[in-house]
Amino acid sequence: MADAPLLQGRNLAALRGERLIFAGIGFELDNGGLLKLTGRNGAGKSTLIRMIAGLVAPFAGSLHWNGAEVSRDREAFLADLIYAGHQDGLKTALTATENLDLFARLRGTSDRDAVAALGSFGIAELADLPVRYMSAGQRRRVSLARLLMTPARLWLLDEPLTALDTGAIAQLGSVVDAHRDGGGMVIAATHADLPGQPGSVLEIVPPADADLDEDLDVDGDMEDAW
Amino acid sequence: MSRTFLMLVRRDLLLARRQGGGSLLSITFFVLVVSLFPLGVGPAPETLERIAAGTIWVAALLSVLLSLDRMFQADLEDGSLDQLALLPLPLSLVVLAKTIAHWLTTGLPLTLAAPLLGLLMQLSPDAYGALIAAMLLGTPILSLIGAIGAALTVGVRRGGVLLTLIVTPLYIPVLIFGVSAAEAAAQGFSYSAHMLFLSAILSGAIVIAPIAAAWALKLALD
Amino acid sequence: MHRFANPTRFLRLAAAVLPFSAAVAALCLGAGVVWGLFFAPPDYQQGDTVRIMFIHVPAAMMAMGVYAGMAISSAIALIWRHAVADLIAKASAPIGATFCFICLVTGSLWGKPMWGTWWVWDARLTSMLIMLFIYLGYMALWQAFDDQTKAARAAAILALVGAINLPVIKFSVEWWNTLHQPASLITMSGPKIHESLLWPLLLMIVGFGAYYLTVLIYRVRAEIHMRRTRMLRLAQADRHAAMQAAE
Repeated sequence: MADAPLLQGRNLAALRGERLIFAGIGFELDNGGLLKLTGRNGAGKSTLIRMIAGLVAPFAGSLHWNGAEVSRDREAFLADLIYAGHQDGLKTALTATENLDLFARLRGTSDRDAVAALGSFGIAELADLPVRYMSAGQRRRVSLARLLMTPARLWLLDEPLTALDTGAIAQLGSVVDAHRDGGGMVIAATHADLPGQPGSVLEIVPPADADLDEDLDVDGDMEDAW
Repeated sequence: MSRTFLMLVRRDLLLARRQGGGSLLSITFFVLVVSLFPLGVGPAPETLERIAAGTIWVAALLSVLLSLDRMFQADLEDGSLDQLALLPLPLSLVVLAKTIAHWLTTGLPLTLAAPLLGLLMQLSPDAYGALIAAMLLGTPILSLIGAIGAALTVGVRRGGVLLTLIVTPLYIPVLIFGVSAAEAAAQGFSYSAHMLFLSAILSGAIVIAPIAAAWALKLALD
Repeated sequence: MHRFANPTRFLRLAAAVLPFSAAVAALCLGAGVVWGLFFAPPDYQQGDTVRIMFIHVPAAMMAMGVYAGMAISSAIALIWRHAVADLIAKASAPIGATFCFICLVTGSLWGKPMWGTWWVWDARLTSMLIMLFIYLGYMALWQAFDDQTKAARAAAILALVGAINLPVIKFSVEWWNTLHQPASLITMSGPKIHESLLWPLLLMIVGFGAYYLTVLIYRVRAEIHMRRTRMLRLAQADRHAAMQAAE
């Protein structure tokens, strides 16, 4: 088992409604690794990220963590994962610190300093401001500061650069690099160039047109189309 | 796990308090609906006494219905629902925690306000105990069944109206046992059978509702 | 994707069953109506009004039976992701709701001469009314989703929750009814149905069942063709997108 990569996706496929959006996706990721997901709009970058997190059930294929299928022990996997979606997931009625502390404590961590985490993204002075009063970029930074609030080896970032200015992008780059230097792993879906050290790239392409023709033969057997 | 669970309940209570007005709005609506009845059927004390328990229960049921659509909707809109679903805790327990918080912010305040409405509606003095006891058992059922409806309709077009249509028929047993408990007490009969029925429904709902609602929520996350 | 979820197999089976179910429905309903309306003797107490029973009782039985079928197909759809089971549940709902409605209307028509009023909050009629609302909620939930796969799963969950609740509702309504109604009212369910009424009633019940099966097959067929159309449109959109990307 020692040779198996820490995180491995095998032959993953996603169905949205009745449409197959991608199929046959495989990847591997080990300690310190970065995987960048690219692809055109609607190719399923967000869906793949959500699938790795377990929010979307795979239509086909499987995900392996530490050599075992994730569905065997989902809770252990979830405890080692942080997902930063394209929505911020913040409560606007609470301050930045309250949001971060709540996130950490729900995951059983109480020794991390929210102000320091915010400081890593350059917004320590906004710690006690309710999120309601913040701009989109500031909210994004608070949302990303969650990455530093609880220990987790795997970070899943969905369009992390949205609404960030160049300064914030650089800060994210150094946070990601530090995480990887400590053995952490990052999967990020983005159009743009990620800051920091390079990693591997996975381009999601739509399933081949030929498959569609075969599945949708009007006169023939519908079996495969279901 | 139990610490996470309690944290979740406290989270929702904190949010309810910070966003403000939720409970107060429900209680105001509750009082408002009940006060429509004397205006509608006339203020004769004997008429009011006859319909008091039924009116209070129907109004409580409507107040709970109105509060349901925010149960998961707010968390879905800002993306918090994703974070809740990714806690190392089964989604059904997340649902149960949110349902408990919902009851503490609606069902419980309504129960506490009910005696006041009993006064306005000339409720028979013997019926107060039964009314409150039945509401303490019955309103958690309303929150639990409501959680299923709220989870099924979260993120759906015109979800609020649909939610009402789905949930109201399922509320009928609670209404029947709740009202007849107060009526039995008013006539000097024992109402322990009513309490047992409500307890039975509550036990069933605690087991089934969080699981069904968690299934439904997974659809919204997908 | 699933061996049993193959609509082709379903379509083949449906085509084989359809002529029989249609014939049985026509024969039983025809014979039952003629026998029930013209040859069965009037009731000594209710007179000719009793003949409404030949519609009312089968409709009530089917309203409940169709819901049970819907709940079972929903369970199959949820557990095995069986696509045809979803469609059977979806196609059943409007039929069941119609049976419910027929039962309510005939009950009300029966009530006018017997009770002197169009509507009495009788336990059976009240339960049937609540059931109609549950059917309508189920149908509305199907309508509310754009994504048919999600609609199917949500509706299946609701159908199962409803199935667990219906006995509780029925029990509570009967209990409520005994509290509020004098027990002397004549109800439609005589346990003592005379044999001369029993045979046409049985014919009608079989006829209603066969009618349900016939309409169900037509509706599921239509659903399968609609799904096929949707997939062709999706393929068209995908192909268009691929061509644009290639340019």
